[in-house]
Amino acid sequence: MIWVDTIVQGILLGGLYALFAAGLSLVFGIMRLVNLAHGDLIVLAAYLLLVIVTMLGLHPFVAALVATPIMFAVGYGLQRHVLNRVIGPDILPPLLVTFGLSVVIQNALQEGFSADSRRMPAGSLETASLPIGPVTVGVMPLLTLFTAIGVILALQWLFYRTSLGRAFRATSDDPVTASLMGIKPQRVFAQATGIAMIVVTIAALYLGTRSNFDPSIGPARLIYAFEAVIIGGLGSLWGTLAGGIIIGVAQTLGAAINPEWQILAGHLAFLLVLLVRPRGLFPRATD
Amino acid sequence: MALLQTNGLTAHYGDFQALFGVDITLEEGECIAIIGANGAGKSSLMRSLAGVLRQDPEMVVLDGQPIGSLHADDIVARGISMVPEGRRLFPSLSVEENLQIGAYRSNGSGSWDLDSVYAMFPMLKERRKTPGNALSGGQQQMVAIGRALMSNPRVLLCDELSLGLAPVIIRDIYAALPEIRKAGASVIVVEQDIGQALKVADRVYCMMEGRVTLQGKPGDLSREAIHKAYFGVGE
Repeated sequence: MIWVDTIVQGILLGGLYALFAAGLSLVFGIMRLVNLAHGDLIVLAAYLLLVIVTMLGLHPFVAALVATPIMFAVGYGLQRHVLNRVIGPDILPPLLVTFGLSVVIQNALQEGFSADSRRMPAGSLETASLPIGPVTVGVMPLLTLFTAIGVILALQWLFYRTSLGRAFRATSDDPVTASLMGIKPQRVFAQATGIAMIVVTIAALYLGTRSNFDPSIGPARLIYAFEAVIIGGLGSLWGTLAGGIIIGVAQTLGAAINPEWQILAGHLAFLLVLLVRPRGLFPRATD
Repeated sequence: MALLQTNGLTAHYGDFQALFGVDITLEEGECIAIIGANGAGKSSLMRSLAGVLRQDPEMVVLDGQPIGSLHADDIVARGISMVPEGRRLFPSLSVEENLQIGAYRSNGSGSWDLDSVYAMFPMLKERRKTPGNALSGGQQQMVAIGRALMSNPRVLLCDELSLGLAPVIIRDIYAALPEIRKAGASVIVVEQDIGQALKVADRVYCMMEGRVTLQGKPGDLSREAIHKAYFGVGE
């Protein structure tokens, strides 16, 4: 029975990794942009939530509603004024710029908030649990997984059921021809990054309420996000969810065998998938 | 006043100059053809008119307004739409979505919508859920034309409609042109197929090495003059 519990806990943990990865997958899927600052942007959003919670005395879930438009604006402005200038056939400039951005965010947060670990109180939700069949699961992890599924469903709906989603896909296919349709590729890219930052805010909400965070943990979140995106297949949103769950299950299984193996087991699962399916489990046909 | 005209239009790709002072005019309701061999500058002219290559504002004038420096997306909003060379359908989008994306900046006014495009090319309705790039070349061209019409343009630019298509398909594609004109669009057709161009156009411009070398009504142009303007040498 302990293995069933371990796998269920792993699936729930995968929901958090899928949330870390969904924004990264969205941005890569549309712009072929690898944002090395993605993990740090999640931490930045967590600190923004912390400030709102502290200053306004709001519950973190309510604070997320306040933070969402702010982070959308941050993403829109970042893409419009910084990243659009370096996107092109050469992938090196955006890598360098986002790496630099990562360093800047970490140092700015350290200056502003010190290197101390922080956490947002989520009240009784933190300890609440539900018996589901033979296992008992925490309400917060369950909420995280449902939120991840909800985010993926919402992004799928946006991509395949709306005019903006058509513009995203058309611009991803061919920005020049998209401009002949009246689409402004630079604006579409900015909107996509803005939406990715909404997802980042949701990820930050669960990061900050489920665990401690400090300015230096962004790169580790980026690695989990990367691995989830690559396991799932670049640009595939459902694949990203599957990738997050595979890493989560591998980590909890590794930890069940030996607590020191938790992180290592996730990375080994990633390497194993790369060996068997180098393009990921659900690669897009056009990649 | 011409609906669309170019004034000494030049175009560059880096250091390479593709157009040297091109002057053309398009009247309301007219169809003109641009003919010329490979590398004559026809596609550069179209790309300049569509805003893909940007110029001095006064070099391209639409209805008295200088538009030469506008981006492609703003040119569409002004009423110029393009069927690009090679169709360039979006592979991630179905046939219907390819058509819908053509109306991205449309305000919904005008006679062209999904129903009227499907009425003109009925086979597209049957395949509306198919990815755009899974169609035959002729069907892709129909989607590309329909997609350009969805913005209800005043000027439709058609770049090499017949490229890579069988003669019977070319005939079907060009059969749609009278209906497009009847609906109110003025048309510029770029063609390497001289016979086809002379058949559909009210006036013809022949280009060579980035310059207009001949212009006139099809009936007024001799075979010898066209041959010389097209190839640079007499028959």
